[in-house]
Amino acid sequence: MTGVSKKKRLLLQGNEAIAEGALAAGCRFFAGYPITPASEISEVLSARLPQVGGTFIQMEDEISSMGAIIGASIAGVKSMTATSGPGFSLMQENLGFACITEIPCVVVNVMRGGCSTGLPTSPGQGDVMQARWGTHGDHPIIVLAVSTVYDCFDITVHAFNLSEEFRVPVVLLSDEVVSHTRETVTLPQAHKVEIIDRTSPSVPPEWYIPYESNSRGVPDMAAFGEGYRHHVTGLVHDMRGFPTQRPDEIKEFMNRLFHKISNAIKRIQMVKTYMMDDADVAVIAYGSVARSARRAVMDARDRRGVKAGLLQLISLFPFPQHPVEDALRRCRRVLVPEMNMGQIVREVKQVNQWAVRVEKYNRIDGQFITPDEIYSQLIK
Amino acid sequence: MSGGVYHEIIISGYGGQGVILNGSILGKAATIYDKINATLVQSYGPEARGGACSAHVIISKETISYPYVHNPHILISMSQEAYENNIDSLRDGGLLLTDTDLVKRRKNDERHVSYSIPATRMAEKLGNKMMANIVILGYLASLSDAVNAESLRNAVEKSVPKGTEEKNLKAFEKGYKRGEKQKSGTG
Repeated sequence: MTGVSKKKRLLLQGNEAIAEGALAAGCRFFAGYPITPASEISEVLSARLPQVGGTFIQMEDEISSMGAIIGASIAGVKSMTATSGPGFSLMQENLGFACITEIPCVVVNVMRGGCSTGLPTSPGQGDVMQARWGTHGDHPIIVLAVSTVYDCFDITVHAFNLSEEFRVPVVLLSDEVVSHTRETVTLPQAHKVEIIDRTSPSVPPEWYIPYESNSRGVPDMAAFGEGYRHHVTGLVHDMRGFPTQRPDEIKEFMNRLFHKISNAIKRIQMVKTYMMDDADVAVIAYGSVARSARRAVMDARDRRGVKAGLLQLISLFPFPQHPVEDALRRCRRVLVPEMNMGQIVREVKQVNQWAVRVEKYNRIDGQFITPDEIYSQLIK
Repeated sequence: MSGGVYHEIIISGYGGQGVILNGSILGKAATIYDKINATLVQSYGPEARGGACSAHVIISKETISYPYVHNPHILISMSQEAYENNIDSLRDGGLLLTDTDLVKRRKNDERHVSYSIPATRMAEKLGNKMMANIVILGYLASLSDAVNAESLRNAVEKSVPKGTEEKNLKAFEKGYKRGEKQKSGTG
């Protein structure tokens, strides 16, 4: 493959499209450790990154992989790692470090089945809450989910953009089905891809205050080595980057960390709708399950005249409260199918203020939820 | 499914026979040359070679939501195990292609349109039994309109290892011609 220099129809695997999306977004550093079903992302980037002047490192484990991408990003290079559940668990400590130090980076988790080593070659969606709350303490984070090969490209670019714009780690959740499906895809030309970069300080080094807030609550970020000396610590810090115990500074810092995301929720929240205009039964789904849901919605309409619709969540966190509320306001029933015991369904119930029936449908046997299963729930 | 072209295909055999490559060639032929949509998912065991494996291919004018195939229109089986595992899923009137030497078919199967070809033996004669999958693709091209034969040829050329294009295209033609003959009842 020669990349995305011109618009081209391709048959691409989800993992390959994630790698291409990262390159298009400007990612020039990848550190990772191979794991099924995410390995192809490393495989592609190990070949492609050197071609574009980037760096690929296979690390000794996922702890160091996360550390390496944080380091690269502090040095001013957009960076990414990719893993699956077991590796994602190992990344949590350093992920928290990236949250508190506000270091942009993208972490891809291609979800497989089960906890622990689980089911390496089977799909799952069990890491949704881990993606949000896996690292300890209150922290802001953005979590996105992909469901098609095109998404894998497009949403990976978006993940980098959000990460850069808000100086926050972004977790991109894929799953075994999405990542291993090969699919017809037309990738945009490289110059047509919208790219957002972090803002650099406009003041001289001696005036630079590394964590000074601004109207967006997102401080300018200087790359290490450019003469802008600053201190980076996982301890709660003041605006100069040094540890603080002062409640007023702690409060201001924590509030800024959260508000930079919550104030921009309307920009960050992202959904796709299918046949929702006149729907009175909605499926709320994400990841590969949204594919089955789309088909089930189509079948329920065609075969039984059920006014079904699909609300597909792309951003999982911050939770896309407004579109979900809108669906709850207009539908009499909402079905949330997931390949876990029910994780996003709790978020849906939390914003349900209209006593709408919110039902869950779960599968945890390593098998993909089929359209027929969702269809039978829809026509009940 | 509305909208004309729609084919669900399962290619099955054991790891190392080029089953997944065949799926990928079919997908590329549809995507790049026929300019319609395709998906490919694969199932396989932990073994690199020798384990049962299958490729699920869907070719469609419309957007494909669900990529798995439960009741294919076309089944290609290149091993006995692959045949036994999948034959009941092939829909009524579906097209079955098997390797004559590797698959013993059930007698009196009137539900399906069955053809067989000694693909592995033919590939051996051409110098490399690893091209059996390409012989079968040529065979498929003549017996089905799932994808255009010319598109498949192009996709074969683009997908096989560099330097082996000519040999593989020859294997493709062998399969294609055998299919043409059998179709017209002269083979």
